[in-house]
Amino acid sequence: MPLTADVTERLTADAHQIMERYPVARSALLPMLHLVQSEEGYISPDGIAFCARTLDLTPAEVAAVATFYTQFKRRPNGTYTVGVCTNTLCAVMGGDAIFETLEKNLGSGHDETTGDGTITLERVECNAGCDYAPVVMVNWEFFDNQTPGSAKAIVDKLRAGEAVVPTRGAAKVHTFKEASRVLAGFLDGHENEGVGAGPASLQGTLLARREGWTAPDPGAGTTPVDGTKQKGQS
Amino acid sequence: MTTTLTPILTAFWDEPHSWSRKTYERNGGYEALRKALAMPAADVLAAVKDSGLRGRGGAGFPTGLKWSFLPKPDGGPRYLVVNADESEPGTCKDIPLLMASPQTLIEGAIITSYAIGCHKAFIYLRGEVVHVYRRLLGAVAEAKAAGYLGENILGSGFDLDIVVHAGAGAYICGEETALLDSLEGRRGQPRLKPPFPAVAGLYARPTVVNNVESIASVPSIVGRGAGWFKSMGTDRSSGFGIFSLSGHVNRPGQYEAPLGITLRELLAMAGGIRRGHELKFWTPGGSSTPIFTGKHLDVPLDFESVGAAGSMLGTRALQIFDDTTCVVRAVLRWTEFYKHESCGKCTPCREGTYWLAQVLKRLEAGQGSEEDLAKLLDICDNILGRAFCALGDGATSPITSSIQHFRDEYLAHLAQGGCPFDPSRSTLFEEAFA
Ligand SMILES: Cc1cc2nc3c(=O)[nH]c(=O)nc-3n(C[C@H](O)[C@H](O)[C@H](O)COP(=O)(O)O)c2cc1C
Ligand code: SF4
Repeated sequence: MPLTADVTERLTADAHQIMERYPVARSALLPMLHLVQSEEGYISPDGIAFCARTLDLTPAEVAAVATFYTQFKRRPNGTYTVGVCTNTLCAVMGGDAIFETLEKNLGSGHDETTGDGTITLERVECNAGCDYAPVVMVNWEFFDNQTPGSAKAIVDKLRAGEAVVPTRGAAKVHTFKEASRVLAGFLDGHENEGVGAGPASLQGTLLARREGWTAPDPGAGTTPVDGTKQKGQS
Repeated sequence: MTTTLTPILTAFWDEPHSWSRKTYERNGGYEALRKALAMPAADVLAAVKDSGLRGRGGAGFPTGLKWSFLPKPDGGPRYLVVNADESEPGTCKDIPLLMASPQTLIEGAIITSYAIGCHKAFIYLRGEVVHVYRRLLGAVAEAKAAGYLGENILGSGFDLDIVVHAGAGAYICGEETALLDSLEGRRGQPRLKPPFPAVAGLYARPTVVNNVESIASVPSIVGRGAGWFKSMGTDRSSGFGIFSLSGHVNRPGQYEAPLGITLRELLAMAGGIRRGHELKFWTPGGSSTPIFTGKHLDVPLDFESVGAAGSMLGTRALQIFDDTTCVVRAVLRWTEFYKHESCGKCTPCREGTYWLAQVLKRLEAGQGSEEDLAKLLDICDNILGRAFCALGDGATSPITSSIQHFRDEYLAHLAQGGCPFDPSRSTLFEEAFA
């Protein structure tokens, strides 16, 4: 859809808020491209023109940046991006099997969107959740410790129009456009939802507490204390 | 006596609303900031220098020394940029820290900015973690409301504003100069060094770029003292760090310990390798660090010892694979990652990673010949030390190290005309296939 005058006016106000964050306006480009996706669902030609006009760049300069980054989509994205981590660790732990299951189930491959426009399936790179492998990301929210069955249940729900709840994230997964608006730097009020840390993140914290292990006492200066030997001097 | 865990950054991650300012303050948060603001900035810098803290983002450069490279103030702006791009395969410590306790990073960023004379700091967060971005935006707002950010912080006369910026999916943007280009609204491609960021960084102004965990460690150093920090770890690798265990271990997760702990000790804490299997290979610090095997269980995980044993401490991302895992498959997948993420700026990496993936694919399928191993090593030789940035160097690590330790397994693929392993046996849900 072409950007109407109303929409352009609203986006311009948002863009100016973004630009104010930075000493140099061009730094606003990545957030503005996220903003374009929050409206258009992808980096549309109108969106490129809008960024170029607002930042005094050429459309070619904007397109050159947009195409560098995998989160910026060249075609209309589904309402939900389902990203299966298939980097080595997740792939080996089961990510490859999960991806194959979803590919078959959805009838679409990497970077393809289902006919109903609900789901864009992707292979994603390591998403910094390796201790929860295999990991699936839905609109960049964490779904930890997945199996082919649990991943299929997620896409079934999404296609049935039901909400899905990330393992570590907001109370539910928001749409691609809504998530894109957050990535443009506009907080949506969901930051206090969800857990602080999942079970894997807490393994060391809880083990130390059970064992009574603590960091050295600051008063003790350089004397090794309490079971903490100075490595390399023993 | 064995090494024990030292929860500092991870100490209260299990408290309700661990991310809130209140929880942080209840656990001593922002006391170090008050102490720092009462000290001359030079003394704060000196404390970090004396602590021996080395960068936690992979390269291990001494943090205080990096700060001291900034030229004398000339009246113009200077910047702190926190690197929260965390994308090195296996690395998963900064993201849980930011999710559970973003205030620790905010306090560290304020103290660091005070020490280096910065009034506008940036946190560059990878874009693929929406909820972490929410938490960081919320943390900045909470800190501002409490007077820890903004003008005249806690009546000290010091002003600081922090902007949290989301990237858009590109591993190379973790490389500090590519990150700066990306933050300036460009394609994320590395810059020629020198000039180093300390001299000409963001907007060509003096800039300090540090990893999340480096900056998050600063409040503890200022609050409890450089001597306290040095009482942990080894002489040249002082202090503590978060060790991230993933893969075929019974209790994968985050374990905060003094540098110099061994994998054997960590595995004991994590319940060992999964039942019925043995350790086969592991990365000490992410996919860009040469792999280790069972022979390296007792290598102290500090910068010097890991280096002497032929790898790098990197980001302490311990990815652990048991005997069901095909090393050729693992290495091919990492290589495809480097090929995908190569920014294309320099020929050795752009072309080299492409050819490495082609040759490995052939080998994994049991085609090709033994000469392909020599070819792989030859291509690696042409990348290592000739690439424009460390991404290219890193791409060679899994290949050269796996050929060194597992040459026979490559040959077994050729002998069998295919992969001798059943991938379903390495998954964590092998029952589902039974
Ligand atoms: C390809 C590549 C990716 C990198 N990714 C990261 C990253 O995600 N986070 C990080 O802190 N450092 C990363 N680095 C290292 C940075 O260039 C830089 O050394 C680091 O941010 C400095 O901070 P430190 O001294 O506190 O470790 C990366 C380097 C390369 C070559
Ligand atoms: S080594 Fe690779 S990532 Fe680094 S500049 Fe060259 S092409 Fe780009």
